[in-house]
Amino acid sequence: MTPNKLLTRVFLAFTLASSLLLFHNSQAQEAAQQDTTVTEGSNDEQPAAQGADSGLPTDADRISEGQSLFNANCKTCHKVKEKLVGPALQGVYDRAPSIDWIVDFVHNSSKVIASGDDYANNLYQEYNQTQMTAFPTLSKDQIINILGYIKQEAEKAPEVVAPTEGAGTAVQGAGDGVPTEYLNAIMIGLVIVLVLILVVLILITTVLRKYLNQQKDLDEEDREIVNASFRLDAALKSKPFLFLVVFITTAIVFKVVINNLYAVGVQQGYAPKQPIAFSHKLHAGENDIDCNYCHTGVRISKNANIPSPNICMNCHSMIKNVAGQSGVSPEIQKIYDAIENDRPIEWVRIHNLPDLAYFNHSQHVEVGGIECQTCHGEVQEMEVVRQHSLLTMGWCIDCHRKTDVNTKGNEYYDNLVELHEEQSNEALKVEDIGGLECSKCHY
Amino acid sequence: MSDNKKTYWKGIEQLSNDPAFVKNADKEFPEFLPINQNEGGGSSRRDFLKMMGFGIAAVSLAACEAPIRKAIPYVNKPVDVDPGVPNYYASTYTSGGDYCSILVKTREGRPIKIEGNKLSEITQGGTSAQVQASVLTLYDNERLVAPVVEGKEGKWEDLDKAVISKLGSIAAQGGQIRIVSNTILSPTTKKVIEDFKAKYPTAQHVTYDAVSAHGILAANEESFGQRAIPSYDFSKADVIVSFGADFLGTWISPVEFSKQYSKTRKIGPNKKTMSRHYQFESNLTTTGANADYRTPIKPSDEGKAVVALYEAITGGKKSQIKYIDKAATELKKAKGKSLVVSGSNDPAVQLVVNAINNALSNYGSTIDMSTPAYYRQGNDVEMKKFVADAKAGRIAGVIFYNCNPVYNYKGEDIAGALSKISLKISTADRPDETAVASDYVAPNHHFLESWGDAEPKKGQYSLIQPTITPIFKTRQAEESLLKWTGVDTPDYYSYLKNTWNRDMGVSNWEQALHDGVYQGSGVANAVEADSVATEVAAVVGAAVPFSGNVSSAVQAINKNYKGSGLELALYQKVGIGDGTQANNPWLQEMPDPVTKSTWDNYLTVSKKWADENGVEYFEGHCNKAKLTVKGVSVELPILIQPGQAEGTVGLALGYGRLNAGKVADGRGVDAYPFVTTLNGAVSYNVLSDVTVEVLSEKYQIAKTQTHQTYMGRDNVIQESILSEYKVNPLAGRHEPKISTWMSEDGKVDAGALSLWKGHKYNNHHWGMAIDLNSCTGCSACTIACQSENNVPVVGREEVINRRDMHWLRIDRYYSSDAPADDHKGLEQAAANPEVTFQPMLCQHCNNAPCETVCPVAATTHSTEGLNQMTYNRCIGTRYCANNCPYKVRRFNWFKYHDNGDFENINTAMNNDLGKMVLNPDVTVRSRGVMEKCSFCVQRIQYAKLEAKKEGRRPVDGEVTTACASSCPTDAIMFGDMNDKESKIYKMLNIKDTEAADYITEKEIHEPRAYHVLAEIGTKPNITYLTKIRNKDNEETKA
Repeated sequence: MTPNKLLTRVFLAFTLASSLLLFHNSQAQEAAQQDTTVTEGSNDEQPAAQGADSGLPTDADRISEGQSLFNANCKTCHKVKEKLVGPALQGVYDRAPSIDWIVDFVHNSSKVIASGDDYANNLYQEYNQTQMTAFPTLSKDQIINILGYIKQEAEKAPEVVAPTEGAGTAVQGAGDGVPTEYLNAIMIGLVIVLVLILVVLILITTVLRKYLNQQKDLDEEDREIVNASFRLDAALKSKPFLFLVVFITTAIVFKVVINNLYAVGVQQGYAPKQPIAFSHKLHAGENDIDCNYCHTGVRISKNANIPSPNICMNCHSMIKNVAGQSGVSPEIQKIYDAIENDRPIEWVRIHNLPDLAYFNHSQHVEVGGIECQTCHGEVQEMEVVRQHSLLTMGWCIDCHRKTDVNTKGNEYYDNLVELHEEQSNEALKVEDIGGLECSKCHY
Repeated sequence: MSDNKKTYWKGIEQLSNDPAFVKNADKEFPEFLPINQNEGGGSSRRDFLKMMGFGIAAVSLAACEAPIRKAIPYVNKPVDVDPGVPNYYASTYTSGGDYCSILVKTREGRPIKIEGNKLSEITQGGTSAQVQASVLTLYDNERLVAPVVEGKEGKWEDLDKAVISKLGSIAAQGGQIRIVSNTILSPTTKKVIEDFKAKYPTAQHVTYDAVSAHGILAANEESFGQRAIPSYDFSKADVIVSFGADFLGTWISPVEFSKQYSKTRKIGPNKKTMSRHYQFESNLTTTGANADYRTPIKPSDEGKAVVALYEAITGGKKSQIKYIDKAATELKKAKGKSLVVSGSNDPAVQLVVNAINNALSNYGSTIDMSTPAYYRQGNDVEMKKFVADAKAGRIAGVIFYNCNPVYNYKGEDIAGALSKISLKISTADRPDETAVASDYVAPNHHFLESWGDAEPKKGQYSLIQPTITPIFKTRQAEESLLKWTGVDTPDYYSYLKNTWNRDMGVSNWEQALHDGVYQGSGVANAVEADSVATEVAAVVGAAVPFSGNVSSAVQAINKNYKGSGLELALYQKVGIGDGTQANNPWLQEMPDPVTKSTWDNYLTVSKKWADENGVEYFEGHCNKAKLTVKGVSVELPILIQPGQAEGTVGLALGYGRLNAGKVADGRGVDAYPFVTTLNGAVSYNVLSDVTVEVLSEKYQIAKTQTHQTYMGRDNVIQESILSEYKVNPLAGRHEPKISTWMSEDGKVDAGALSLWKGHKYNNHHWGMAIDLNSCTGCSACTIACQSENNVPVVGREEVINRRDMHWLRIDRYYSSDAPADDHKGLEQAAANPEVTFQPMLCQHCNNAPCETVCPVAATTHSTEGLNQMTYNRCIGTRYCANNCPYKVRRFNWFKYHDNGDFENINTAMNNDLGKMVLNPDVTVRSRGVMEKCSFCVQRIQYAKLEAKKEGRRPVDGEVTTACASSCPTDAIMFGDMNDKESKIYKMLNIKDTEAADYITEKEIHEPRAYHVLAEIGTKPNITYLTKIRNKDNEETKA
């Protein structure tokens, strides 16, 4: 029996590992393919860009810098080919008065408007006098890189990526399904085999008894043993049996109590109704707005911050309803009401750490480089946000044991890494720099 | 040689082997269980079962549904405010003439902590206990929430209408109007008052101070033609002589003077000189406790002592008073590098002091008359005239600007005078004694809600900016004045800014606001002082022409100073001061540096007087006394104070408030009625007609001095004298040895042997060094710690029960050379003992005894050298506190927050307003939990994170504890002992040990450095530096 089970486990593990490996390989290959298509694409377009000679960069490094800057700063209000809060940006390098003008406008649009510039004023009127956020920290070079990226995106064919993504998820689905199906089949097989063995055993004993009863040379004592019937009531009343039952019952009750006690205050899956039916799926998922854009504290503070309505208004001064519907959405109206009445929106807190535990977002996100989704789950797919993780101390500690410290490029850790490497071959974990100590979170 | 032969004692109860002291000396907890009064009597088994049943039901209910908690963002988030990120604003603490340049830490728009401003050339980043505690006064529930119109809460419009019409009718009839205030440091406020005077020509401004410095002002006017306090520079003085001036505790500008003084007291391998400090005083003050030579004198001898010193310096005349001749000889040797100050308020005495300093050519070096300081501007003569005028019915209207004369100017019959004035307006922040007697109260903002400025010294400006939106419907007093002047919508901010642009010539307002301080070449402070200032400015630095009739002053002194019988010397306590912030529980519970008493004032008497008059001190209880001065008598507790001058008794001002608020009202007795007049100025010494009758009734003062004793272990204090230190830097050091077979001579250093492997500190190794030579005992650190770490206030009763919660206490030791069995010798010492202050906090031992005994591992060691205390893990066995040799752990015997029993004691945790002061990064501890100093781990973590975010190592000085940053003498130094660039690494002269697998402690090579109780091998991360007194050899032998 046991060797059998062990075998199935080994078999299971093997299949699981190999399927994962397969999946990994296929994804890596796809990624590689994508990479090549992108570079090929840009190579193709290079001459065209140079032909236009707008002074915009074409090399991959600058374009990719432009891309990340675009995603971080512009994307919430601008799309390349569609109008969002602000105008679609394709062709802006051609239609704006000059590149320098664009730079000035990005640095401080209100200044350009105030200077009486015609183009700027027309734009301002066209977009209902919505002012563009000033980005004084972006250098001229950086802005040009962004323009380079926009130009490249504008000239790109509109498809490419979508189908491969679909294939990726399909493969993933299959990969997940394989082991459970096997498991079920094996379990059923096992049960059948066991039943068969039972039947065979019963047959054998019956046959043996019959044979022995037919034997004449057996004395009384032996006959008694052969014909001894199994007495259920005696077995049920026997001390070992009672002890076993009491023990198992107590153990189960104890386990249930402990489990439930541990679950006191744990609100995994908690998804309360919020005062505004805000959809992260729509904002973070479909519109792909960066988490930082609204949760402004995440890189600087212990709190990620729930955005104040004035941040909502950056977009919702323009966007008054979901795409394709006219009028003001009642949910968006609640933002306007909050601002008008000067009454804050009272969101229901989902992630409730007790006061005795100190948690700092910037430590984890800015320094540690942890993705929001690691703890909060796939928020960009949640219509209503729910608590994804346990948020228990065991959960924290577990992660601190497993996670490598993000030491790269951070001088703070240099000496620590050096000292750690002298003593160990393993990567530096959070645990190794005191991440399990009480006073890291409790003070 | 190296071993210290002195006997140290914490209080007279230790010398007399008082049963209560003996009983408690070797117990961490005096009583086994907390008193039961809060539990509602005995609880039965049934109650227990009921509670348990209910508890289980509650838990299971709680498990079903979690309470809904809201997360409410701003409607319109201010650009500079990010929840969770502290903002710091430069501002200025002013209270009367007290001044300190500060940084205010705010979280989510509310001030929670005050730090010193290092950019200030005056206070240089130092603070005092009162400054630290002022943030709690902001959140005082007793403040007025709206204006008071004729005794009832009213509206501003009604108040303004009534006041303007009444002022108008007074002015029309030519009635006299007075604005009465304490010292005003703000040049802009003075401008507002000038505006007011222009509108109402009969108005005059009268300034007085609760604790007056009229004597100095008057003397300087006579000597130099300038009514101001000069800039003193103690840091340039080699010899300091003080006659009753408590310049490290309460006199004029203690933060500034402490900073300067400490520079002359620091010694090290490269500086083996220090100043010598003589103190002649009646009560043992903080300053006297720090003096090298201290002579207790009667107040009636104070003038004579000054004259004696003058005559000894100018004529070489010998004096009867101990150390006067010695001081004179040394002063003469240190000409131009010495300083003589006096706390007397008698112009004649101050004139002689001026003459002494002039004879020693100190003007232009340690005393700078060309940069006058404006800390005290009160004029006793004018104030006396005001009261007389009012009494005679010559005053029609008065505005009390931020002052409380009904409480603190009782020398004259002010209450009687007030009844004759038809219009009385107060700008008090609370219904205090004066506000209650006024017709209208126009409550002023707290200084943390206000705009404002200060000119503490000529040409040195300082700004006050609001750090919180006004909490109540109060109004800036300047705006009230402007409103009454006829400005429709007064805007003091613009007024201030304009004044600064115009008069101070500030071009960069933002920068000035950012720095908080501004060095101007602008105008002088007082408008009336303008002409004088320009005159004096002509003689910058050079020998200022001293003119003054010294001989007539000497005659006046000889005539006036005749004591008869017992004399009373009034003084201020470091915490409560003149009583302005009396309703602040942090200050009420702060143990006085010298007496270690809380929550009370008391009559300090000498041991000899106590014995002669049958005062019994037994088990903490002492007789009460009936003090009668010129017919006025009060009953008050007695405290036997070593060092009290024979024939004198002392009493602190600032207590006995009637209308300060629930915390202060009725605490102690009011000493202001005893203030007298001498030579035309207010005098805080009563020279005759003082009788004290010892009553049979006993009273226990809540003292902390004998709490937490070391259970008979020696060598906690290690000290020596300068001359010996020069010869041998190890002087005074006690280096305990342990006998062992392992070494040749059979002895090794204590700590060389250990059961433990120790710790390896790869990252940081936090450590602290405390210089006993610089520590003056001022207790700013105690309050800074309380403010930073949400330390509860427990109240008088609980202090008596030895349950005070301060994480950082300052132990005060008296010492004598006589051995313990020489009772005569001890008696001698008790009359005038040497004093040592020792800040004592968790030592963060590397081999911590507390860690090994905790059954639940609630206290553990970190990889950065911290001894961590985890509240949520603690189950309250208190084993750790029992096992701590330093007695620095505190147990929460009660729930101090949200507990009706502590409502009027621990105000910071018992009402919504008070709770705003709590540090949101530090847990508020609950009942049954142990707590102690954490080395401000929240600050360490914060600074580390800032460094990590910028991808660098923390810079030395970036990480510091609340106590170290508050210290006005830089006696506490905190830093990373792994950082070779850090100050602490260099000062302790740390040498790295080579490649040991485990490093338990740093090898410290500074000879003065020692660990307290090194013999028990706890290996603390706090290092003390020996106390060195600048005494001559023969004196210590005598």
